[in-house]
This record gives sequence, C-alpha cells and structure tokens, in this order.
Amino acid sequence: MGSALPAMRRRDFLSLSAAGIAASIGFGARAQSGAAVPPPPKERRGQVVVGLSQEPKSFNPLMPGVEVDEVVWTSVFSCLWMAHPDGTFVPDLAVALPSEENGGIAEGGLVWTVKLREGVVWHDGTPFTAEDVKYSLELIMAPGFKSRTRVGHDLVRDIVVKGPHEISWRMERAFAPYLAQLANTQIVPKHILSKADDPNTAAFNGSPIGTGPFRWSERRPGDSITLVANERYHGDGPYLEGVVLKYIPDMTALYAQFRTGQVDFVPISGIPANYYDEATKLPGRKVAVAPSGNIEVIMPNLEHPAFAEKAVRQALYASINKEAIVDALYYGVPKPTESYSPRESWAYNPDLPKHEYDLAKANQLLDEAGWKRGGRGIREKNGNRLEFDLSTTTGNALREQCQQLMMQDWQQIGVAIKINNMPGAVIWGDFYVRSQFQALLVGTAFRTGVDPDPAPRFASDAIPVKGGSGGNYMQWVNAEADKLMKEGQITFNQEKRKEIYFKVQEIVREELPILPLFQYAPLEGIKEGLIGYRPNINQRQNAWNMGTWYWAR
Amino acid sequence: MSGFLIRRLLQAVVLLFIVSMIGFAILHLAPGGPLSQFAASGDMTQADLDRLSAQLGLDRPLPVQYVEWLRRLLGGDWGVSYRDQQPVLTIIAAHIGPTLELMLSSTLLAMLLGAWIGILGAVRRYSLFDSLATIGAMIALSIPTFWFGLVIIYVFSVGLGWLPAGNRFTVGDGSFLNRLHHLIGPCIVLALVSTAVWSRYMRSSMLEVINQDYIRTARAKGLPERYILVRHALRNALLPMITITGLHVPTLLSGALVTETVFTWPGMGRLFLDSINYRDYPTVMGILMLTAILVLLGSLIADVLYGIADPRIERYGQ
Repeated sequence: MGSALPAMRRRDFLSLSAAGIAASIGFGARAQSGAAVPPPPKERRGQVVVGLSQEPKSFNPLMPGVEVDEVVWTSVFSCLWMAHPDGTFVPDLAVALPSEENGGIAEGGLVWTVKLREGVVWHDGTPFTAEDVKYSLELIMAPGFKSRTRVGHDLVRDIVVKGPHEISWRMERAFAPYLAQLANTQIVPKHILSKADDPNTAAFNGSPIGTGPFRWSERRPGDSITLVANERYHGDGPYLEGVVLKYIPDMTALYAQFRTGQVDFVPISGIPANYYDEATKLPGRKVAVAPSGNIEVIMPNLEHPAFAEKAVRQALYASINKEAIVDALYYGVPKPTESYSPRESWAYNPDLPKHEYDLAKANQLLDEAGWKRGGRGIREKNGNRLEFDLSTTTGNALREQCQQLMMQDWQQIGVAIKINNMPGAVIWGDFYVRSQFQALLVGTAFRTGVDPDPAPRFASDAIPVKGGSGGNYMQWVNAEADKLMKEGQITFNQEKRKEIYFKVQEIVREELPILPLFQYAPLEGIKEGLIGYRPNINQRQNAWNMGTWYWAR
Repeated sequence: MSGFLIRRLLQAVVLLFIVSMIGFAILHLAPGGPLSQFAASGDMTQADLDRLSAQLGLDRPLPVQYVEWLRRLLGGDWGVSYRDQQPVLTIIAAHIGPTLELMLSSTLLAMLLGAWIGILGAVRRYSLFDSLATIGAMIALSIPTFWFGLVIIYVFSVGLGWLPAGNRFTVGDGSFLNRLHHLIGPCIVLALVSTAVWSRYMRSSMLEVINQDYIRTARAKGLPERYILVRHALRNALLPMITITGLHVPTLLSGALVTETVFTWPGMGRLFLDSINYRDYPTVMGILMLTAILVLLGSLIADVLYGIADPRIERYGQ
C-alpha cells in the first residue's frame, strides 16, 4: 500500500474504509515492496531526527506541559502501564494490569493493588521500587507542587508500600478513568527529587532521569534535545542509538527540512495540508493521515439566547456544508464526524444519525420553533434576534474560510453572524474558560486524559462560571447525560462502559451542545525505511513508542 | 565629561524604571495568560488551571505582582521561566551566543559592503553604478525578509541543494566549516536589508562632505583624488556612522525575529517570540529589560565615542 500511495488520487485514498485506515495506520511497519517487515537489528544502530514546530521545554512529566513535551516524557520515562492504539493497557512498570478479575481492583473499585516489575533500574543505576510510585503519586498532591493535573489522583488515599515491588491504595470513590490516567502518569525517581529543596525548581527538571528506553543526553535551548539509548531498558528495544528532537518553528521550513532529508519524522503539527499532494509524491518519504483525539466543533454558549433552543442548534447544524468544508478547505484530509469521540476509541459510536446538509429542513425547523424573519431577513423570537459572534484564533486561514462558508449558509436560513477572531492567547484565556464567547470554532478533546469519559466537558457540575471544576464551557446541562456519565465512572467492565458512552453520544448528537464538524487528522511525515511508527489516539502524540523503532537497513 | 556621564546614567535609570512599568502593565493586561495554552487542549480541568494560577501568583492584583517582580529584580533575581522552569538569565545566556554569531557576521558583511557601495555611489553620483545601487537598495528594503528567506531556502536548499535548509549546524557535526555553511543563508538574508540601509546612510553622509569647501581647497591644492577621499572626506563622513552603529548595538543581541524563525536559528529573536506566545512573563520581561539596557548603553557609547572622534562636539556640549 505504501508504494501505491503516490499513484492514487487523494480522494480514492481517503475513501478507503476500515481496511484503508488499518493499512494506513500499519503502513510504517510494512516494507516498501510489500515484503515482510525486516526484523529489528541485533545491534543498536542509527538515530532518528524528529522535527517539532514547538520547542519541548517542560521535562518533569508531572508538571504542566504540552504535546511536544510528552515526546520527551514517553521516551525518557515509564508509566505503570502503556495505552496502545487499540485502547488496551499493556503493563510497563507493573507486572499486570489490575482488574476486578485478578483482584488488583477490589471492593467495587475502592482498593487498588499493583505488583511492580523487578529488575528495573533508573538511568543512574538506582533500582526502581514501589517507593518511587508512592512518591510520585504523593508529589502530584503535594500542596506547593505545580502538578499538571490532579484528576483521579485527588481520590487516592492511604498509599501503602507492601514490599519493594508491591503497592496498594484506597480510592475515595470508584473512578474507572483512573486506569487511563495512570497510563499517562510517568513515575519519577524518589531518590533524586525528594532531595531537592523545591521539586518545582529542581535541577532534575532540566536534565530528567527516568526508566524509559532513552536517556537524557544534551539540550541546546532553542535548537535541539539529544536522547541516547538506555542499555538497561526493561522492555522491548531500544533499537536506535539515539533520538534528536529538533525544534523548527516555521511549518514551511519544517516541511522543507523534511523534504531535504534533514528531518526523519514530523509528528504533531505535521505537514501543512496544502503540501499534502506534493508530499505524497516525494521519493523516500511517506505521509500518514494520523488520527488525533481532537475534534473540530462549533461550540455554542448555551446561555446565549440564540442557542438556548435545541431547534436552533439543529437548524444551524443542518445548514453547515460539512462536505464542502472538508473537501474544499481541508483537501479532504480529515473525516467528518457525528461524535465528540475519536473514531479509533473503543467507546466510539459508529451508528449516530448522519448529518445532512439541508437548508430547507433547517428553515422548516426554525419556522416551527416560532423564529420569524424580521429586519434584513434575520429571524426573531420574543425580541431576540438570531445573530451571534463566531470566534476563532486569528491567523488560521482555513478556519477563517470555514467561517465564511458558514456565514453564507446561515444567511440563507435567516441567521446573521459576526466574525470576531482573536489571537490564541486571548481566545484560550478568560474568553474561553469563563464562557465569555457566543460561539467558537475550536478543535479540542472531549475526554479525561486518554480515557473516553467525557464528564469534564459535558457534566453539569463541570461549568467553571457556575463554580464547577471541569471544562463544560458551553454550559450544557442534561440530567440524563449526567447520570450516565456518573455510572460510567464507577463501571470497570469495558463492555458495560461502552454501552453507557454509546448512549451519551446519542444524547449529545440529538441535543447538540456542540456541533461536530470533523476529527483532526494531522499529516505526519516519516522517512521510508523507518519502522515501528504506530499512530495512537490513546497517547497524546505519535512518537510514544520510539523505543521500538528501527531503520530497515 | 564625568558630569555628563553621571547625568546620562541617572536619566537611564529613570528611563529603565518607566520601561519596566509600561512593559509589565502591557504584557499582563494583554488578554490571555500563561495558562491559556493548557486550556486549549482540553486535557486539564478548570480546578487544575485555577490551582496553577494561584501557585504562580497570577491571581494577585497587578500592582502587587509588579512590586514583587521589581523587588526581586533589584535583588538580582530575574525570575524563573513559567515554561522552562529555569532561571531567566540562564535561558537568555543560552540563546545569546547563536544570535551574536549571526548578527555580528551579517552586520560586518553589511557594513563593509554598504560602506563600499555608498562611497562609490557618492563619488560617482548619478553614474550607472549609482543608479543601479539606488534601485537595488530600494528593492532590498522593500522585500519582506520572511519571503526572501523562503526563496533562498527553496532555491539553494530544496532546488540546488547547495545550502542547508536551516539550523545552526548538522546534528552530530559541529565543525567550523559546517557552521559556516549553515551561516551563509541567514547571513545573506539579514545582510541584504542592512547593506541597503548602510549604503544609503554612507552615500548621503559622503555626499554632504564631498561638497564642503575644504574638499574643494584640497582639490585646488592639487592633492591626488584618492588621498582627498580617504584622508579628508571619508574620515568626516564616517562620523555620523558612529551614531548609527551605536543604535545598532542592541539588535546585535536582541536578534532577528523573522530570519531566526525561517532559518530555525536558536537565537534571542525566537526566544522572545515564543515567550510572548506562551505569555511567559518572566522571560519576556527579562528580554525587554536587557534590550532596554542595551539601547541606552548603545546610545551612550555612541555619544561618548562621537565626542572623542570629533572634539568640536564635546566643546559645544559644555
């Protein structure tokens, strides 16, 4: 499939269904001629240069960071278990994944016991023990420590080290997403951090020591980070001698360096969509449409009079020409979606009603709801005009064109919008988190870390302006969804959780607290012959398994 | 002279204080904050964001934050970056080397080239060379740097493969020749605009001198033209260039934002841009203060040098 790609038309490639997705995801593991994948080399060799458009700067994995920082975290550190592309958790520092069946999770989810792998050593040679796990979990909750997130961790009580390789704790209440949360919680070394005066500013944060497949070697600020193979790694690999994370802030310059071969792999921001056609034709390079957990949506502020009514939201949704947006603006790369969940998630509901672009139906919906056309053809009801500001980040040409398409369509159903765009730092400030917007065009994730639980985004107790602690910035309140999401948090059986989240998706599709447009699909570039690349929506970036990568020759 | 120096230094301190206050206010009053990048991804809850805001002290009133920052700065503590978790001075120190390397080489190139073009243009005023140089300078000044940088990359890196498409050196090869190779692209781009600027200044300064009475006197004495130009004209024409050089000093360290970004040069310009994007207040304020100090220092040095080069100036100043 890899070699056939350049000859195929873009549309053909994208219309490949499940088989196509599977193949495109697995293509990195295929040899160029369709022959069997060459086995990993016996001796470590070669290095990979990863091109990043943002500079990784935060190296303590328990402190705030963004996706590029996680490239360092997943390479240098290990978690108790690792989230794989199919959503399963594979034990890493733990010997087995705790479950109700093996007794690791007991008393209805209130008592957790984890057995740890023996023989694991930190990069400085010190043995890894249960004390490190205890220290990490306690540090996250330490009052002065600037931890990234305390979701789930704040429920942990009475951590007990039962032996050098066994640990257990109690949970304040059952919380199933904690399994996924721990798959994104890197364990840090107690013997180093506990000696620091202040873990917030410890020297460790500038030269981290972990148990992962690569060791920290050198950082040139503003330029690159060099990681070298950890010879004593406890897992599969590493097969490379090292990895260089190269910071190239300009997306076009980054693409140019990928073309000229200075960069082997371009993850996260990837290749700009306008270079897609050209990039697929480059000899010796491959382009992957890598699924992302982020969904592009219209986020209405439901407290705004225009959006309070479901009929209005449905009419607005029916009059968005999604196909035109995806095909004409985004070169047909991302996939339109009806759900807030990425389609690769085990909780994704594929049977939601399909969106239909139907202006007549939209007009009918508004007529029936009593919105009458008034001055300038704009609909009105009870003194409220159907008009609002639609905001997004400035400087994003595609989003701005997207807004214009919507403006034209909505005009035809008697809805007026004003485009009010602002720089990212402004949009994502109080404007967003204090629900000061009227409607936003955003790409964001609706889950808890990498768990499909959407409660932080949809639960009625997650509205910050109303004293909630989550990210329900559209201020959606739905009792049935609330109940289901609570149930999902205390259910550990994945099949049962799946049923629950299918229902939540049905409700969200019907009520439309967000108008889903498409699932993000960054174009990631990779040099031919580099084997092991596996896009993974259950991680926050696709360099998550670099320890198992190798060069074919 | 010492009275003059003390007066200027006192002025500088007051100016720095005002700069810090305005900079701090504008930076903090700009909407958004250091935590907005985390709000965007949807991975952190509002409780986490509020807690971090309190831990960073961002929830306190602005004047309190300013006084606290100033108190620490006067005590020699420039603060810790929100993004890097490292002292601001450490971060600045790590970025100043590459910038100095790039700016010094391009400035040197531009000064030599610009002076030569300017002098020749003035001496042969309205000649073909002068017209071409004038047109060339106008074009060079009008070309957007980012565009020219990308053209250089596309022609010489992607197309011809002569130059690397950016970076300061090839990973794993930090040899002098390798660094020089990487320096060519960004150096040409930066030098293009500066050469145009320098040549225009040099030309007008030279023209002014060339029409003075004492040059005519020298010619009337029958001195050789080359001698007149070098000994009489050039020395006087170079005086105004001292001021321009002085004012140019800060850019040597504050870097070239656009060129550094296009050529992925790990310098100060990019650090500044990134820090603003992250609303990394301590780092932005650090760079701002450093640049302000350099501007004041640059103009002070220029004034002093001017006095030394041309004794008449100092006499008038007293």
